[in-house]
Amino acid sequence: MRSDGSQSAPLGLKIAAACGLLFLHLPILLIFVYAFTTEEKSFVWPPPGLTTQWFAVTWNRPDVWQALSLSVRVAAISTAIALVLGTLCSAAVSRTRFFGRETISLLVILPIALPGIITGIALRSAFSLADIPFSFWTIVLGHATFCVVVVYNNAVARFRRTSGSMIEASMDLGADGFQTFRHVVLPNIATALLAGGMLAFALSFDEVIVTTFTAGQQQTLPIWMLEELIRPRQRPVTNVVAMVVMLVTLLPILAAYYLTRDGDQIAGSGK
Amino acid sequence: MTSAVSFQKASRHFGSVRAVDAVDLEIAPGEFFAMLGPSGSGKTTCLRLIAGFEQPTSGSISIFGERAEGVPPYRRNVNTVFQDYALFPHLNVLDNVAYGLMVKGVGKPGRHKAAEEALALVRLPGYGARRPGQLSGGQRQRVALARALVNQPKVLLLDEPLGALDLKLRENMQEELKSLQKALGITFVFVTHDQGEALSMADRVAVFNDGKIMQIGTPEDIYQRPKTRFVADFVGSSNVLPPDFVQRYSGQHRWGSLRPESIRVGRAASGEGVSARLVSTNYLGATTKLALDADGLRLHAIVPAGTALPAEGEAVMLTFNREHLHLMDEPA
Repeated sequence: MRSDGSQSAPLGLKIAAACGLLFLHLPILLIFVYAFTTEEKSFVWPPPGLTTQWFAVTWNRPDVWQALSLSVRVAAISTAIALVLGTLCSAAVSRTRFFGRETISLLVILPIALPGIITGIALRSAFSLADIPFSFWTIVLGHATFCVVVVYNNAVARFRRTSGSMIEASMDLGADGFQTFRHVVLPNIATALLAGGMLAFALSFDEVIVTTFTAGQQQTLPIWMLEELIRPRQRPVTNVVAMVVMLVTLLPILAAYYLTRDGDQIAGSGK
Repeated sequence: MTSAVSFQKASRHFGSVRAVDAVDLEIAPGEFFAMLGPSGSGKTTCLRLIAGFEQPTSGSISIFGERAEGVPPYRRNVNTVFQDYALFPHLNVLDNVAYGLMVKGVGKPGRHKAAEEALALVRLPGYGARRPGQLSGGQRQRVALARALVNQPKVLLLDEPLGALDLKLRENMQEELKSLQKALGITFVFVTHDQGEALSMADRVAVFNDGKIMQIGTPEDIYQRPKTRFVADFVGSSNVLPPDFVQRYSGQHRWGSLRPESIRVGRAASGEGVSARLVSTNYLGATTKLALDADGLRLHAIVPAGTALPAEGEAVMLTFNREHLHLMDEPA
């Protein structure tokens, strides 16, 4: 790689890069524009007129609130479960050697490698075999399968970089297991857990495939959106929801980005 | 008097690997004790048995008269300076040093004051606000030392404490550790694979090989009077002489050792001696190391720099003082 960044790239390359970025982000802008259109049955370009009435309409639709609340609750609980299980599992795999360690590591990662439809069908048939009715918890269970992976991957990578003798040093200085976890392990993996947790939350929040198999009649936000697109009335409501969700999620994602970046710098400079 | 550390037939086996095998060991209070051996000889496992990171598979260990089996590391009045220092990267130097007091529930003013004192003891006053990542290797080592000493341990364990430092720094630290140990009167147990370090610092040295202690004694004992071929060879690379050779000079059919600096190298046919051929010379600064071949027996000698030497490949005559020939206990 060239180390001096002072030399300017050729014009052609700049245009190509700009086109690539536009291709990625123009459709998102389009969603924003359609949130203000006066046409409610179909999306026509250019919009016949602009209005802000859909914000009020969206605010007053109870189904939007229900779907949003269900999605937030599912994502929060799945993330919490994933944080606990993912951390424990990564600690076991990276700190100790035991029979079947590699197998466990592979089995934990598998749900994210498997197509969602397989996980979905598998969970659905398992639930019906065990006579478990669809509920909030069946959705949470489905989401936790892949949320655990994300937290696990982040935590394992961090554990690998932290010196094993640090834990021994803490014990040596008089800290029992709990104190060691609280004062040494947790501060060292905190940013990794934050990043993993955010990613897990985001994955759960927009998950469709596994959810369709485990939700029954309930509607999470993405499923509500899919259904809404088929219906020919008040279409821009979907766009309003999409836009608000996007803006609201942008903040924590930026925060996670900056937090973990700083954390990595600290960890890196300790080497 | 109760021993600071006592091993009674203590073993630590990992499956079929006998890392530490039926070791008997008594370390006196206030002693500077070195565990010397090649890597994989069991010296570090011994240290970890004292620290509590390993439990003996059989036998027993006591620390100041108290049985240590089953006692976790955090309930032992023993602290360790780790080979990689193991400083906590998320804490500054002061909080690193105060860590042991913090987990024992000492309040912030108290533990910070004690930490400042410990930092002054290792000659790092005023470094408290820095992060471990901002320190040099030698400074980190001192922080690790302060972090252990602040807890006023009865025994301080040092795992290859100077291994990562460069030569100059290592020599300074050797002297400093020794004077620190004298001043504090704490029992120091340190592990090293560097025989020079062990001989220059320790009151007594235990030489390890294959999970067993080959010999325990003062540096002089170990260096001048090795009991086995391994000790003679490992500590200062003595010339190990086969029984037949030894018999010619001492009349006894036993293994012998002869220190390289005890051999005088003269021109061939200059009177009595062992005739040999000079294979190579190796200039080491203050001394020159000679590789010799006496009728198939490989020997080496160390002579002061500036000694007039024959050319490589020439025949030479080796002489030595009979009393420098040490007879070992190992059966022929």
